[in-house]
Amino acid sequence: MELQAVLMAAGGGSRMMELTYNTHKPLLPVGNKPLIWYPLNLLERVGFEEVIIITTKDVQKMLTPDRLKLDGKMKLDVVCIQLEGEMGTADALRHVQQKIKTDVLVLSCDLITDVALHEVVDLFRAHNASMAMLMSKLHEFTETVPGQKGKKKAGEQRDFVGVDATGQRLLFMANEADLEDGLTIRKSIMCKHPSMRIRTGLLDAHLYCLKRCVVDFLVENKNISSIRGELIPYLVRKQFSKSVNLPNNKDEVEMSQKMEGQTNLEILGSCKDEELLRLTQERSCWNDHHGDMSEAYHGGKVRCYVHIMEDGVCYRVNTLAAYIEANRMVSAPKLIEDPPIHPSAVISECTQVGADSIIGASCQISDKTSIKRSTVGASSTVREKVKITNSILMNGVTVEEGCNIQGSVICSNAVIGRNADIKYCLVGSSQRIEPDGECLTQAVSCNLF
Amino acid sequence: MADADETSKQAERNTNVGDGIAVKKQDIARAKNEGKELTKDEKQRLRKEKKQQKKNKKDDKGESEHENVPLPPSQAVVQCQSQKAPSVAPSLALTPVSVCTSEKPAKSKAEQRAERRARQEADRAAKGKKGESAQQPPSGKSKAPPNELQPVVKRLPEHVQVDDPAAVRKLAKKLERQQIPVRSEYGYKVSLFSHLHQYSRKAPLTQQISIPSTVIHPYIVRLGLQYSQGIVAGSNARSIALLHAFQKVIQDYKTPPNEELSRDLVNKLKPYISYLNQCRPLSASMGNAIKYVKKEISNIPCLCKEEEAKKQLLSCIDNYIKEKITLAATTISAYAIEKISNGDVILVYGCSSLVNHILCDAFDKKRKFSVIVVDSRPRLEGREALRRLVKKGICCTYVLISAVSYILPEVSKVFLGAHALLANGYVMSRVGTSQIALVAKAYNVPVLVCCETYKFCERVQTDSFVSNELGNQYT
Repeated sequence: MELQAVLMAAGGGSRMMELTYNTHKPLLPVGNKPLIWYPLNLLERVGFEEVIIITTKDVQKMLTPDRLKLDGKMKLDVVCIQLEGEMGTADALRHVQQKIKTDVLVLSCDLITDVALHEVVDLFRAHNASMAMLMSKLHEFTETVPGQKGKKKAGEQRDFVGVDATGQRLLFMANEADLEDGLTIRKSIMCKHPSMRIRTGLLDAHLYCLKRCVVDFLVENKNISSIRGELIPYLVRKQFSKSVNLPNNKDEVEMSQKMEGQTNLEILGSCKDEELLRLTQERSCWNDHHGDMSEAYHGGKVRCYVHIMEDGVCYRVNTLAAYIEANRMVSAPKLIEDPPIHPSAVISECTQVGADSIIGASCQISDKTSIKRSTVGASSTVREKVKITNSILMNGVTVEEGCNIQGSVICSNAVIGRNADIKYCLVGSSQRIEPDGECLTQAVSCNLF
Repeated sequence: MADADETSKQAERNTNVGDGIAVKKQDIARAKNEGKELTKDEKQRLRKEKKQQKKNKKDDKGESEHENVPLPPSQAVVQCQSQKAPSVAPSLALTPVSVCTSEKPAKSKAEQRAERRARQEADRAAKGKKGESAQQPPSGKSKAPPNELQPVVKRLPEHVQVDDPAAVRKLAKKLERQQIPVRSEYGYKVSLFSHLHQYSRKAPLTQQISIPSTVIHPYIVRLGLQYSQGIVAGSNARSIALLHAFQKVIQDYKTPPNEELSRDLVNKLKPYISYLNQCRPLSASMGNAIKYVKKEISNIPCLCKEEEAKKQLLSCIDNYIKEKITLAATTISAYAIEKISNGDVILVYGCSSLVNHILCDAFDKKRKFSVIVVDSRPRLEGREALRRLVKKGICCTYVLISAVSYILPEVSKVFLGAHALLANGYVMSRVGTSQIALVAKAYNVPVLVCCETYKFCERVQTDSFVSNELGNQYT
């Protein structure tokens, strides 16, 4: 087997607590499908037959195939972890390391993308890379986020990503938070790659292909707890660290290990490197760079590659703004093959349902309502003379007559009373808006603990 | 130098590019060819009696064909430099080969050919048959369908029949049966090469394979990618990489119940070979390696246990690499170093792993020489050769192929690497090699071609248009 897929679905959605305090993040409906459906669909389309999903107990109960609306025969192997320990993604990977027998493809459950996955995996295969990842151009969110007054300051800190002249080899990766005084780039990197392009407008899609020896390395080094925050920058830095000259006998290996106190990634990786591969590289008349006196890849054993998507859909649904944007985007036919209006929805004749709206199953839309650019969840009831624009209604919502809902997010099982006027609000789960109420740019929810 | 003298003497006798073989061998070769003709003639006589009508029609076409043929040197000069594919170099001065083989077959000269042609035409005129198209593979331009001559001539390989829709369909069906994706072709094709595949570079083959590839072994997918992206390039490197991948396949192989390893494993390898062929046409060295592996697999006794069989196969592959590639390189290098004297200026073309090995060895043995590296676009492989030689400490000069005639007066020897050696003595190598050899001949500089025996193949090809590998026309 070539690759095993691991889906990280244990995250709490800490940046959008208003949505996730009641519904777990993997199950948040986006375009009337649970969020976890999108990465699973991506894997299935590409040809994966098995996925290991790491999640919490509550989510596991909901992950039955019919709930997930998966058509194919992909086998889901769900592994539970406790949330109390604040497990990072690397810890989770360490937890399942026994199941991992080959190279891994690590995904996050909040990734919505239509990337051609073979582009990332081809880089991983062709260059025998230790790590290959996916990044995409960051889209600015233009929609007004409900429940937030005024423009949001750039809360997200930027990632500085340095790539070489071909745009594929990853040379430098750091988050703004880790850079105190300024950006320092080691001289050895500049000597080997004199032309480097540093980009800041990139979104890390959290899709990584990792070699088996990297997973083994994680098992040995228990102090790494996050893949994105710690492992990836470590690997990128390790490409250029002074390589340990492979000692000739085993005693030296053990001695050097004890001195370092940490198992060397290279030793783990390069022991597997065969003599024949070295012979091939010696005889091949190919080099990845020119103008230098060193061999291909500068003789480095650790290599990190990145595929940057210039166009196409790629979202990470971990903030409210991203959630809203994603809902808009998935009505694009590329991602969902189902018709936007579910066949079991009952829509009366005098309603206007825009072409870019998605109506879920078993909905009841009554007369003289107008629904534009919105998503209405399954089993929702919308009474007469309601205007819904630019909004997201989750499952089981009841909207009484005469309401006007604009730019809002109504969570599941909420009830909007008659003639209510809701603009740019976030109505929490199972909340009730009084009839004739007016909400403007608020988040209506029960108190968060 | 003795070689140079011999070469010039031969040059006087024959108007073509020089060879260094004695007269005796030429006679032997001629006799052999004649003998072959007669027996073939007899066979053809019998068959033609059955197919007389069709032959009469084709006779006129056939006669005119043969007048074009006895001009090998001029044909050879017309090299398409825009291709980045191997071309045929009809020049061959001396070929130091590994100890296992005997002398090289003599290269036929135009005079001998002309005599033979005259004899054949006389025979044909006397018997009213055309038979000699059997001698040469039909060129890409001729319309004579190979189906006609099926009993006499082997069928054309599929990769040079791209303009025949039946052949293309057959290939597609075969690939479908093996579950290998078919590579898409360019919309607009160059009509001169319409008989060859012109693949589009935009849609890689891996797009159509499922990502944890189940049909094709992951190592083979990786190898295919490396071939198509040029990461593994050069005939030796490709063969070693192929054998390494086969080792992995054999290690991971499990005999299904009720099957024999010796038969099933060969069938397992067939789709992989088709896939690799789609990624990049197989080289002659790879073809020979595959034949060897298949032979070894079929020779496994049926009572052998799976573990033992696998171990045996793995060690066979290791031995093959050790003998045919590594040891051959050492032997050729030992022989070639004798030809290098102090103060030599050696010209090399492109990046040949064997020639680089020889030069590095010679430098280690304290010979004093300098090297001129000739390079050509679009691959600019000479940069890599230059880097390796300079890293070793050898004094190098770097020129592009357009400057070769300016620099040749300073050169004392030319070392060339080969991609394959054909059965009629022709050397197949990177495009531009025959140019170098011709210019060297014009300046009376001896040319040495270095080639391991596992690159010898039974094919015969007289020009580089018939069968070739095309590059991307837009880069």
